[in-house]
Amino acid sequence: MSMPISGVSTAGPAGPAGPEPATGAPAGPAAPPATRALSRMARAVRSNRKATVGAVLLGIFILVGLFPGLIAHDNPNADAYAPRLGISTAHLLGTTAYGQDMFAQVIWGTRNVLIIAFVAGLATTGIAVLVGVAAAYLGGLWDGSLSLFTDVLLVIPIFPLLIVIAAYLHGGTTIVLILVITVTSWSYTARQLRSQALSLRNRDFLAAARVRGERRLYIIVVEVIPTMTSLLVACFLTNALYAVLFASSLQFIGLGDPNTVSWGTMLYWAQNNAALQTGQPMWAIAPGACIAVLGAAFALLNYAFDEIGNPALRSVRRTRVKRAG
Amino acid sequence: MTDTTDEPLLRTDRLTRHFKIGSALSRRTLHAVDDVSLAIGAREIVALAGESGSGKTTIARLLAKLYQPTSGEIYFAGRPLSSIRSRTDLLRYRGEVPVVFQDPFSATNPVFRASHGILRALTLHRPELSRQQRYDEAQRAFEAVGLAPAAEIMQRYPHELSGGQRQRVGFAQALAMRPKLILADEPVSMLDVSIRIGLLNVMADLRDKQGVSVLYITHDIASARYVADRLIVMYAGHIAEAGPVEEVLARPRHPYTQLLLSAVPDPRAELHVTEETDKGEPPRVIDPTPGCRFRWRCPLAIDECHSVTPPLRELVPGHSAACHVARADAATVAFR
Amino acid sequence: MSSVRADADPQPPGARGQAGPVLAVRDLSVAYAMDRGAVLAVDRVSFELYPGEFLGIVGESGCGKSTLLFAIAQLLASPAAVIGGSVDFKGVNLVGMTDSRLTAVRWRDMSVVMQSAMNALNPVKSIGSQFKDAMKAHGVTSADEIAGRSAEVLRMVGIDPVHLKSFPHQLSGGMRQRSMIAMALLFTPDLVIMDEPTSALDVVAQRSLMVQIKNLQAELGFAVIFVTHDMSLVSHFSQRLMVMYAGQVAEWGATRSVFDTPRHPYSIGLMDAFPSIKGERVPLTGIPGRPPDLSRRQQGCWFAPRCPQVMAVCTETNPDLYPVRDALVRCLLYAAGADGAGADRAGADGKAGGD
Repeated sequence: MSMPISGVSTAGPAGPAGPEPATGAPAGPAAPPATRALSRMARAVRSNRKATVGAVLLGIFILVGLFPGLIAHDNPNADAYAPRLGISTAHLLGTTAYGQDMFAQVIWGTRNVLIIAFVAGLATTGIAVLVGVAAAYLGGLWDGSLSLFTDVLLVIPIFPLLIVIAAYLHGGTTIVLILVITVTSWSYTARQLRSQALSLRNRDFLAAARVRGERRLYIIVVEVIPTMTSLLVACFLTNALYAVLFASSLQFIGLGDPNTVSWGTMLYWAQNNAALQTGQPMWAIAPGACIAVLGAAFALLNYAFDEIGNPALRSVRRTRVKRAG
Repeated sequence: MTDTTDEPLLRTDRLTRHFKIGSALSRRTLHAVDDVSLAIGAREIVALAGESGSGKTTIARLLAKLYQPTSGEIYFAGRPLSSIRSRTDLLRYRGEVPVVFQDPFSATNPVFRASHGILRALTLHRPELSRQQRYDEAQRAFEAVGLAPAAEIMQRYPHELSGGQRQRVGFAQALAMRPKLILADEPVSMLDVSIRIGLLNVMADLRDKQGVSVLYITHDIASARYVADRLIVMYAGHIAEAGPVEEVLARPRHPYTQLLLSAVPDPRAELHVTEETDKGEPPRVIDPTPGCRFRWRCPLAIDECHSVTPPLRELVPGHSAACHVARADAATVAFR
Repeated sequence: MSSVRADADPQPPGARGQAGPVLAVRDLSVAYAMDRGAVLAVDRVSFELYPGEFLGIVGESGCGKSTLLFAIAQLLASPAAVIGGSVDFKGVNLVGMTDSRLTAVRWRDMSVVMQSAMNALNPVKSIGSQFKDAMKAHGVTSADEIAGRSAEVLRMVGIDPVHLKSFPHQLSGGMRQRSMIAMALLFTPDLVIMDEPTSALDVVAQRSLMVQIKNLQAELGFAVIFVTHDMSLVSHFSQRLMVMYAGQVAEWGATRSVFDTPRHPYSIGLMDAFPSIKGERVPLTGIPGRPPDLSRRQQGCWFAPRCPQVMAVCTETNPDLYPVRDALVRCLLYAAGADGAGADRAGADGKAGGD
């Protein structure tokens, strides 16, 4: 490690000195690092306007996904109404060509999309962590082979691969979609996490753990990964975003299960019925807009985690200092 | 009953470590450490001094079993390290020979509290202790290195501690394992000057009150003199000179030691600036030929120096130097 | 509250017969805008520097010495900003100057050598091309002139000009620092500011570099401000010494004077924190405690919590810089009235002196 560079940066090391003494250090057993990391992240989200907006949007979607029955009173699948009705108080978005209430479909479809987003996001990030961090920490032949495997997958364009696999499986349920997305998307994140873990590899606290006698698995799981939490959360958000887009795209081209209630399948049916040409624009616009807004929510949230990783991006919202001259 | 006075606590025998560098087409060998035979006794602080590239950090890593030697052997309490096979044996060695690292800002995991490392160390090395006993031991160790109030400091996170405090935490972690020998790799070089003395005093305390030996690796001769009993000077992977610290500093035999001493700034010394021809470039020892590695910078080099690598020879009891020209009876050979 | 009395300024050797100071810093203050409020990192620092003079600024981490340096060189970036005072370089105040006007001054008349050459040199460009960039940025276009001058400055610092083609990672630490210094001398500036240029070097390379700097200074006549945490390093090379603590000047005077008779308890403590390789081996204690948290402004002297000679009044009154023979000391021991007693007491306490 080189000498700490005394210089001017946003953290101001050359100026205000020294760490502040711990004011109210909590008594009792140490809070697990997860709690601390969560509170740090919550603070980061609150202090960044973009991220707060994203959090609020995501929160709304989650509420809708959890309690769809409270908001939409109709059964999304029941073709109980007159087809092709326009927007009215009874049908906030109108009805489809099959007489289904579009608003109910959008609301109930949220659940499917969120499940895909979170599960695929978590699975993708999870695999990426295992492969990337293990490759970085184990080094040598392990690194070589894991990286080769990652790189090969990375080079193959994801979307065509998705189509091929999904078609091979004759389309499928939500589970299949999640699996397919996970298998094709983890490589990019694995690469990122490997780089990050590599940069941590020479940190003395890892050598200290090794010299203490810790096993390698312990070091990877307990010492390395917790220091990467913000990056992991950022990767999760990105992966969730892409999962939404990929899943909706697959459903749109008919490789999802057309009977599931989801935004992508709404688009599929809208396309099949030439919704835009026949004067039912909401059938395409409503789910499309929802996809866009949910994607934007994930992307906006990501801003907070960019800043945790790189303090130089922090927007300056501090007391102003009057310059001389 | 073994005669413990004969066998030193730690001894190396022609310890060597090479690194392969270069591409597959032009493989070359970097000789980081060559033929180093040193010994550390009980209750003593041995300073291992040298510039960057001298091999001192590599020796620390070899002794900590972070690297394997290319050849040669390390004996700890008479037992060769290569005979350590099982995890239990390795764990025991790691508890007896812990390491304190150079950079206090990277040696602690920022995610955990200050107590994390020491509690883990106790869990691994003293499993017979209960949770509460571990906590008490940790507190005792913190107090022994001057971190008070221990309970409160243990709850802090690394970023809430100063560099000096973090280094003390490192020593406390080492102490908790009830070590015989602490490998301290430049523990004070990244600390402010006024804080260094405190840490050096901690090391001296560990030797005096806890009976722990310390291998103090440094490039700062003055601090080596302050705290160490013996001094080993390294140059380009070899030991240049070794002996009791006062003796080596008062009567340096090896021209490199003399150069080093003349370069140390001493505010209390007389002000004099002379024509400086030595640019202070320690060599990277790649595929070396036989001969003294200091010969290109040495004003006393003779023919033999260019062809025969000087062995480490005891010139005066306890004081050895690896130099053809050094003579036991010589008065201090002036460097300039 | 005035901080420096110009007539008390110790007379520097280079000042005799010269036109005036090459750098005059007056009441310079720098603050950082932090979440909790503005933090004063440099507090009304004043000094003058004459042509050919070597000034050492000494202090530990957090004392503000690097911030001061950046403020003088007008390199501060948000959230740090100069909030008061002036930096008169050859008579012109640099504070508040626009970038375009500063460019004329930068590198031609004042240059900066950073702490770690590996961080200051561009790792993907050769040394020669970096010299070329610097010269082109200041209007030198002739390829011959560029090549000639580049080779010349490298020779001046003792590097073979063949290394113009080398990349930074191919050079050793010492050579990298020397090439930084060479780059700083491209236009033979009047002032070279150095921020701990030797801290990453080993002791022999460090010594060699210091001697080189001193020789170049004698040859080319530029003034040097040398910032370091290692007091012993500047002791042989600087004419005047400034000790900083908590953003303020703690002690300021001729180097020999500050070394032989340090007066501020912090300077005394700092001097005592250096174990010597000669003389008696005595147990040392360093300075207990930690540097203060500058975001918590308090009444009285910043050093009071750690001071072995603290008095009751120290926690109430903010000390000014008081003249003591040929030095200025920010310590109430030397406040007018206590002058005689304080000076004697500190003189007896400080520095067991000699071997």
